[in-house]
Amino acid sequence: MTLFSQNSVPLYKVHIIIENKPGISDPEGDTILHDLVLKASFPSVSKIRSAKMLKFDIKEKNKNTAKKKIQKLCDELRIYNPMVSKLTVQVFEL
Amino acid sequence: MKVGIVVFPGSNCDRDMYHVLTEIFNLDTKFFWHEKNLPKEIDAVILPGGFSYGDRLRAGIIAAHSPIIKDVKKLASSGIPILGVCNGFQILVESGLLPGALLKNNSLSFMCQWTNLIVENNKTPFTNKLKLHQKIPIPIANGEGRYYADDLTLKKLEKNNQIVFRYSEMVNGSSLRIAGICNVNGNVLGMMPHPERAIESEINPIDNKPSALIFESLLNSIGIQN
Repeated sequence: MTLFSQNSVPLYKVHIIIENKPGISDPEGDTILHDLVLKASFPSVSKIRSAKMLKFDIKEKNKNTAKKKIQKLCDELRIYNPMVSKLTVQVFEL
Repeated sequence: MKVGIVVFPGSNCDRDMYHVLTEIFNLDTKFFWHEKNLPKEIDAVILPGGFSYGDRLRAGIIAAHSPIIKDVKKLASSGIPILGVCNGFQILVESGLLPGALLKNNSLSFMCQWTNLIVENNKTPFTNKLKLHQKIPIPIANGEGRYYADDLTLKKLEKNNQIVFRYSEMVNGSSLRIAGICNVNGNVLGMMPHPERAIESEINPIDNKPSALIFESLLNSIGIQN
């Protein structure tokens, strides 16, 4: 169910995940894997990639426009560096 | 008015740079707050080191949207020498004036140590007094100093002679051991190490002369006899 604000424009939660593209080393993920997880008793874990997440609250007319607006914002403001980072955008209705 | 130093919230090497330009090289130097404009008649612009906006989101990205960057871009396209040191280099990259990215060092640590640079291009306004392959002992002080570019960009950098400085040894995982690059025209230079911390013998235990030549090159390129 979508939570409607006073002016009837629905509010969405949009999560973006910024992570290094595959093939670009991620020393933070590697350190967590090799120096924490594998040194403990979790040998079945084979890979960890670290990422940064931003959570937006945004009022848009629908889920699709909410996603598009955040993607546009991320591209225009270089919220991620496209040479090195991969961006994932997830939209949630409230 | 000769040289402008741009000050962002969180810059912390601006006064070191000012000291070097005014006290050592007797240059007419002025600070410019990042919300102000730069004069058109300026001879060179320096983006100093520091932690603009506390490195929030990614080092240099928020400062890259500062109003003054529009003027920096205009001056860059008109051929004025622009130097970005450390955070200044990160800002030049994030503003699109230089290609690539600066990632967390492989060690994941803030690295504060002496390194050696090798001069790979001595045709820029900041290196014209240096010899090709000359060694420069110089300190680095950064957490996000690992230069990265994709293979296509690295090939272009090599082809256009845009790699200006390399570390003599791998220190942080940078692609091709890159420590500093310039734009295609050569007038915009970004470098992670700090020449302003290396040009006085009192604080340089190894050899201060090569770093001094970076500034003497600038003086030479803007027509000032030292």
